[in-house]
Amino acid sequence: MLLEIKDLNAGYGEIKALFDVDLTLNQGSTLALIGSNGAGKTTLLRCITGLIKPNNGYINFNGDNIEGCKPHDIATKGIAMVPEGRRLFPSLTVEENLLMGMCNNREQEWTLEKVYNLFPALKVFRKKMATVLSGGQQQMVAVGRALMANPRLLLCDELSLGLAPVVVKDIYRTLKTVTKTGLSLIIVEQDINQAIVASDTFLCICEGKVVMSGTRETADRSLIANAYFGN
Amino acid sequence: MIAWIDTLIQGLLLGGFFALSGLGLSLSFGIMRIVNIAHGDFLVMAAYLCLVVSSLTGMNPLLAIVVVTTLMFLFGYGLQKTILNKSIDGGELSPLLITFGLSIILHNVLQEFFSADAKSLDVGAFEVASLNIGQINIGWLPITIFFVSLVVYTILHQIVESTRFGMIVRAIVDDAETTSLMGINTKKINCLGMGLSMAIVGIAGTFFGIKSPFFPLAGGLQLLFAFEAVIIGGMGSIWGTLLGGISLGIAQSIGYRIGSGWGEFAGHLVFFLFLLLKPSGLLSKETSHV
Repeated sequence: MLLEIKDLNAGYGEIKALFDVDLTLNQGSTLALIGSNGAGKTTLLRCITGLIKPNNGYINFNGDNIEGCKPHDIATKGIAMVPEGRRLFPSLTVEENLLMGMCNNREQEWTLEKVYNLFPALKVFRKKMATVLSGGQQQMVAVGRALMANPRLLLCDELSLGLAPVVVKDIYRTLKTVTKTGLSLIIVEQDINQAIVASDTFLCICEGKVVMSGTRETADRSLIANAYFGN
Repeated sequence: MIAWIDTLIQGLLLGGFFALSGLGLSLSFGIMRIVNIAHGDFLVMAAYLCLVVSSLTGMNPLLAIVVVTTLMFLFGYGLQKTILNKSIDGGELSPLLITFGLSIILHNVLQEFFSADAKSLDVGAFEVASLNIGQINIGWLPITIFFVSLVVYTILHQIVESTRFGMIVRAIVDDAETTSLMGINTKKINCLGMGLSMAIVGIAGTFFGIKSPFFPLAGGLQLLFAFEAVIIGGMGSIWGTLLGGISLGIAQSIGYRIGSGWGEFAGHLVFFLFLLLKPSGLLSKETSHV
């Protein structure tokens, strides 16, 4: 097992956002986190990456307990994130943004060349500032930057936000090829269909609690939709 | 006519000093978001440090700059690691208050060790040597300060634009949280940033001690000048601080030409006009970074 979370409680000051969340993820598989706005999906990802210190519970990654570790230590252990809204560095060129991914000094499997092969459009713009690209291309930079970190676990927060459906499809297709190399994935989506199709297992979160979980094969869209809205 | 050209040249060269001293402040604000209230006092501390180094070793202060700069780098690194890194988690007000406290401590420590009497750094005949072009006399010391300032700016520009460290610094300025997700210990980068800032303060402080007498409480005015250079130039912009420093120098120089009491006032007036009419300064973040 690559990632195991047990009894995780977290929040922002007095406000609690996650209640006793359990989650498991195997090497090479993809998990979808489904839930409406404010359900706690992003909070869960922020706990895994160390941006929020959980109140209690534990997060075990690849045999190490990482709850409460600093974000840069967790990144070095092999967890990378494509943050919501991409959060590229506006003062850096496309290539520099990608190179930032390498700063965790993990053994290099991904190189600039490999990322450019994956997203040929980026090579043309490599000397341009990242913010002049289209939304889809910026998302490619964000995914490329995360891959350059050579993660064992990649967290993708709302990849489809603000992008055309055809671009979203393209990015998910690319991720599918990447997971064949053994990379594990957690994707956060509001679009239930997109999430289920792209994943092996799913977890539905509502008001900070896990209300439903299952596999792609057994997923019942109407039941998930009910859980999504807390019915 | 000659008198005005002379005024402009003197102002430009004086501006070189303000630009150098403002650069340290600009860096600590740009990278670490620390408004360093003790900046002027660190400048004075560097002058005293040079005094100690040159009197212990017999070195000319102009050579002792190398030692002072190295010591100030280590001091900045240690200060950030032990005190300031802990304070930045508490928002922008905490480091401001802490540096204010450091400023008071420094006043007292310097007075305790060196008394309140003014001291100066002696570089011999160089201090008054000048280059004569027609009717204009330009001091070699201000020329040296100006060119050292340009060299420091150029080196810093190269570091920020062309090195891995510079790339990480620009990323931190953009978004420190996301930078930490890249596996970067941003607090360690802050230490290097403060080290760099203090190293520049070391150079500026030594020149300050050479060009004018200094005493433990001399830092307040230097902080004000550095602030004015940074704000006229545009907060968060390296080259803006250079332009801001030069503008301040020229303004003061023109003021002094009008009347001996008008020099500093003219500088403050330009600063005030910028705050009023163009608070973003000459170069804003859009055209330059850090």
